[in-house]
Order: sequence, then C-alpha cells, then structure tokens
Amino acid sequence: MKTKMKVLWLSAISCNGNTHSFFNYSQMEQFLEDFEFIYHPVIDSKYLLQDIVSQDIECDVLLIEGAISKEFKRADLSIVDIIQRYSKRVKKIVTVGTCATFGGIFRESGYEKTSGLHFDQEKRVDTFKSLLDKTISLSGCPVHPEVLVNTLYAIKKDITLKVDEFLRPKEFYAYTVHNGCTRNEYFEYKVDNHNFGELEGCMFYDHGCQAPFTHGSCNKILWNEVNSKTRAGLPCMGCTEPSFPRQNLFSTKKNMAIPEHLPVGVNKRVYLTLAGITKAFKIDRLEKKLFDD
Amino acid sequence: MLDKKQLKKEQIIECALELFASRGFYSTTIPDIAKSLKMSVGNMYNYFKSKDILASEIIKYISVYLGKKLREINEEDISTKEKTRKIVEMYFKTASVKPEMIDYFLRIYLSNREVFRDTCEGMLCVNEFVTEIMIYFEEGVRCGDLREQDFFSAFGLFMGYLGGMVFLKGEDILPKDLNEYVEDITYNIYKALSSQ
Repeated sequence: MKTKMKVLWLSAISCNGNTHSFFNYSQMEQFLEDFEFIYHPVIDSKYLLQDIVSQDIECDVLLIEGAISKEFKRADLSIVDIIQRYSKRVKKIVTVGTCATFGGIFRESGYEKTSGLHFDQEKRVDTFKSLLDKTISLSGCPVHPEVLVNTLYAIKKDITLKVDEFLRPKEFYAYTVHNGCTRNEYFEYKVDNHNFGELEGCMFYDHGCQAPFTHGSCNKILWNEVNSKTRAGLPCMGCTEPSFPRQNLFSTKKNMAIPEHLPVGVNKRVYLTLAGITKAFKIDRLEKKLFDD
Repeated sequence: MLDKKQLKKEQIIECALELFASRGFYSTTIPDIAKSLKMSVGNMYNYFKSKDILASEIIKYISVYLGKKLREINEEDISTKEKTRKIVEMYFKTASVKPEMIDYFLRIYLSNREVFRDTCEGMLCVNEFVTEIMIYFEEGVRCGDLREQDFFSAFGLFMGYLGGMVFLKGEDILPKDLNEYVEDITYNIYKALSSQ
C-alpha cells in the first residue's frame, strides 16, 4: 500500500475561500490516494481539531489558510501556538492564500496585529523566523488548486522549488498575470474601449487591471481549465501581491494620464516612449467588435 | 562618436533649419540647401530622399534636443516649482540661442501639418520632448505639488503659453527681453497647475 503524505490544514482568520478553490481540483480522487488530511476544517478527517491541539499527531505538511494573530484561537489555543507546535514536526509549511502569506483582506480589518506567517504586506515578520527555510508561500485570493496540489506533489517527491523573495515558487509566480492574457494586442496598441464582461479592449489603462505588475499564472494555468478574470472581461485585482487588496479595484489610478503603477520592471521613460509611438497609430481591427454579428 | 554619415546628416539639418527660418519652408528647395553646403543635389538625396522626409527628421532632431534638456531638469532633485522655472528658462534660452529651432516648431511643424501627415502621426516625431513633459507632470502630481487633471489641458496651458511668448518675441511685439518674463511666467504657470 502506498504511503500517503499526512497533511494538516489549519484554518486561521479565514473565509475558507482557498478550501472552496481547492474543491475544484479536477483530479481530487487521485490526490486523496496520495495525500491524507489528518485534519481539515471542511473535509471529514481522521482527527478532530481538539485532538490536534491536545495530542502530538504525526504530520508531514502544515497548510495554513488565513491571516495570523496571536489573539486568534482555535479549540481554545492561540493559532500561533498551534503553528509553533506542528511546525517542529513537519517537513514543510505552506501558506495557502494571500491572507496567510501577507495578511490580505483580514489584515485590513485592523484586528489585533494581524499579518501573514512571515510577511506583513511586504515587511518581514520575525515571529516565525526560524521557519523561513521550511516555508513555501502560495499567495492568491484564492490560490489556484493546481498551484497548491502541484506544490504538494513537489514536496512529496522532494523536488526543490526555486522561490522568489516572498518564498513563492517561481514555477508559478515568476510570470505576470499579463502573460498569456488574450487582450495583449489591445495592451500593445493602447486600446481600452472596454466594457466589463466583453471580449474587447485592454483594462490596464482605465479599468484598474493589475495584471502587468501582478505575479501569478492565471493566464497560464486557467481557472476551471477554461478561463481567467482578464479573459472573461474583469480586471486582475492583484490578489497574489503583498499590497492586496488595493482600493478602487475597477479604475486605474493615474497621474496626469500616466498610470501610477507600470508593468513590472518597466522604466517610466521607456513606457511613455513606447506608449507615445503606439498611440500614434489607429488599428481599425482593434476598434471593432471581435464578432460583428 | 557619431559616424561620418550621421555627422553629415546633422550638418544638413542645421543648414536646412537656418534656410527655412530665413527664407521660409516652401521657398527653400533641396538644391538651395545643397548649394549652401557645397554638395551636389544628387548627394543630398543620399541623405534625405525628399524634402518632406528632411522636414520630419528636423522636427525629430529638435524634439531630441529639447527632450535631452528637459530630462536633465527632470532628473534634478529639486521642487516642481523650481523645475517649472528651469523649463521656462531653458525654452526661452533655446529661443534666443537657437531661434530657428523654436521657429521651426511653431511656424513650420504646427502650421504645415500636411507635410508631416504621413511620417509624423500623432506625437511620433516629438516623442522625446512630450515624454519628458509627461514625466514632469506625472512627478509633480505624484508628489502632491500639481493638481491631477487631463494631460492635454495642462500641456496646452504650459506649452501654448511658452510658444505664444516666443511667437510674440519673433514678431518684435514684446517690449522686453524674454528672460525678463521668466519670473512672472513661472509664477503664472505654477499657480495654474498647482494643487494649492
């Protein structure tokens, strides 16, 4: 019989959005043949949370969903203490989602020094400093199920994942969401005659799209294997970044016509030069509906 | 170092600029420019295939020249108000030292759009200059000195004002030297654009 990897899914200050996203994983049966949840807040599991906090149960990977605050308790024990206890025995810790990684939307509530496991937005948090080498961050609101599952398989197979400065696997986060967006032609020629939900137009210039400066694979590993926000006609909201959630997600902050946030790594002068050139041309095809009928 | 061909191109541009300014754009021909440079007309066409292409290259040359000066100002660690003053000074200085440049921009580029229609769509030939003006505005708004507004309403106010003053100077209507207006014009522009 195959040895299943034992996983503890610990829910901190969370909306369970990552759990719901995970349920959309298309190969769940296969996954559950290779992994076993010793505890999960939603799936039936071998142990109760009471058992988890009162006993030392064997575990290989600790998954943390939700933002972290010392004041926040599960089964009458501070979430920080539960993390401390299990972090010693597991091989790897994975922060699942932006709240667990950077604090996310729950950090915005101002509740009792809430942050991610190692980061308070971009700032390093030292509480769990000794766990840095063990941790992999999977930011996203929510995390794509394939990103989570593939990371767990990499852990199971002892594959070393290269990570960025926020401990996110480059395999999934070295790209920007802009990469693979079906609206790239509209971006290139600065055409933003967009209406939400429609196929035409780039949403970067007026409609708040953060894809050119957001790290993630949304347009590479599609959601439900068919689509992404930007493909469907909704701006990328930058949900994998430490700054998530920004304000006014549906409009682009500009300073005298120049977007305040430019594509990652692109110098303002370079951006304006290119934009000035492309803006000079009117491409009729891009001004029309894709399907005329 | 510029290669020989590029150097020659610049000589032609500067000579053409002077001739256009003194004799007028339509009255100056390619043979006139060649003659002035002691070149054969045939050789001139090795550098510029037509007068319209030469006209476009001249405006790009001016844009690069002014853009470089503006970039130096933009990169200084000074307040937006101080940058405003330096831009006004730089523009007026260029109008005094190289009057043919500003003259070409105002009297030929802006007044003979048909010449530039095919080669200078939109802001294509003045990209370097406009880019730096955009950066000046953007950084002014970002640091809170300037008020957020439509780019063209600010651009028109700034460049229209400066262009208008140089035009009046060119018509010998201004009673004083351009430099004597720097203080007041800086005050007016900054006050109009300021967030205060």
